[in-house]
Amino acid sequence: MTLVGINWFKYSSPASFYPLAGRLVPWFFILAVALALVGLYLGLFVAPTDYKQGEAYRIMFIHVPAAWMSMFIYVVMAIYAALGLVFNTRLSAMMASALAPTGALFTLLALWTGALWGKPMWGAWWVWDARLTSELILLFLYIGFMSLEAAIDDARRASRASALVAIVGAVNVPIIYFSVQWWNTLHQGASISFSNAPSMAATMLTAMLVMTFAFWMYTIAVVLMRVRCIILERERHSDWVAEQMAAGR
Amino acid sequence: MWAVLRCLFMRDLLLAVRRMADVLTTLFFFVIVVSLFPLGVGPEAETLRTIAPGVVWVAALLASMLALGHLFDSDFRDGTLEQMLLTPQPLSLLVLGKVMAHWVVTGLPLVLMAPLLGLQFDMAPAALPILVISLLLGTPAISLIGAVGAALTLGVRGGSVLVSLLVLPLYIPVLIFGAGAVEAGISGLGAGAHLSLLGAILVLALCFAPLAAATALRISLE
Amino acid sequence: MAEFFAMGGYAFYVWASYGAAALLILLEILWLRKRQRTILQRLGRMKRMTEVDSGVKVEYETKT
Repeated sequence: MTLVGINWFKYSSPASFYPLAGRLVPWFFILAVALALVGLYLGLFVAPTDYKQGEAYRIMFIHVPAAWMSMFIYVVMAIYAALGLVFNTRLSAMMASALAPTGALFTLLALWTGALWGKPMWGAWWVWDARLTSELILLFLYIGFMSLEAAIDDARRASRASALVAIVGAVNVPIIYFSVQWWNTLHQGASISFSNAPSMAATMLTAMLVMTFAFWMYTIAVVLMRVRCIILERERHSDWVAEQMAAGR
Repeated sequence: MWAVLRCLFMRDLLLAVRRMADVLTTLFFFVIVVSLFPLGVGPEAETLRTIAPGVVWVAALLASMLALGHLFDSDFRDGTLEQMLLTPQPLSLLVLGKVMAHWVVTGLPLVLMAPLLGLQFDMAPAALPILVISLLLGTPAISLIGAVGAALTLGVRGGSVLVSLLVLPLYIPVLIFGAGAVEAGISGLGAGAHLSLLGAILVLALCFAPLAAATALRISLE
Repeated sequence: MAEFFAMGGYAFYVWASYGAAALLILLEILWLRKRQRTILQRLGRMKRMTEVDSGVKVEYETKT
């Protein structure tokens, strides 16, 4: 497979991916910062004040991108987990492990900002809104994945076991989301819902999308950094690592 | 092929009957947990009647989950499980047989005990059959889903707490539809929709959980 | 300027949100750099230990 003259499969070995990832990390950080600056400018200065929610709605420029990333990262994590299980590629399993903490971070951020948005809007620090509750359950899924991996000593068994957890979790997410929606509408009615967000002015939507891309670039940068650490940790006995150390990183 | 299922089912049932203590502890845990709630919330009848379906269901979930440790542990420790992995019969069938026996011994007693506990909370008598049916549909699903978690955490330190972390998020739909069925029955909306969804989840679990658990066993034992 | 920071009275909520984002991101990056340092130190130690080992072996061989 030679797309654009590059043998992509060459990079599926940890040894060759390690230096590539190292070269890519700074670029993604630069992209992330640039997009974040644009997004923050648009969100904090350009987007107009909402007539219903005042300035508080600006929390949305953090909350919504964080929530989107938390779900996106979980899907990507589950895909890498499946690839690792099916094709037995070490790097796929390492990528899944590298994605989890960042995904959990965005989930936590989404929950935290959700609470901070809910308090001025509806007077309570936590509302059992369907989407917030699903976000909470997503956090439990991430924690389950990371705990299982941490609890098993043998690295190979650990990544395969947590891969299965990720896949089972991913398959269940639609079921969980549907049941939480059902539960929420039956009990509370649609009055308290994060979908009653302000009707989007174009600038608001743009700012949100830019922030999402900023988070996305940041995620790639951080995950590449983390996967490099994981590669070094798991491959520490191999020759190419020794060569890297001799050469000075 | 079905002979294997029956064989493993009868074997596990026989082994469990010989260790009645395991069965009874799960049941007693169920009863104790349910009794804790009035002590925590206060004996006011109206409150208790409102929370009753949720409380009984959560307690059933927790009791079921605690019992998961017995599913594979003893076979794992004496090497029988490895032998099961080596047989030519499909591992998912073997797992299904074990889970069925496990449910008869841990889940079914909960189902039978539930009406009494519902009465303890002064639940409307009309709601009790719905409670039983919802648990009848839900507890096997819980055992099946739990089997995947149990298989993944074989021999891992802190296994039982870890299983709860893995498996409780997956139980949430079962809890929502199970407790919801009872509440719908009480409020007169009809439990049909909830129970059908519970049934659907059970069918899905029957199809996929044994396979997932078998995969998990292979991962844990290689 | 002060009006911007006041965020229409919602200052606490808005800045706690943006602040949390900044803090979590900062913590993650710092944690990762620490992890990087740890593994590189460990690899350095491993390298020096194998050098010492092979040094000792060579000495013993020449003695016999």
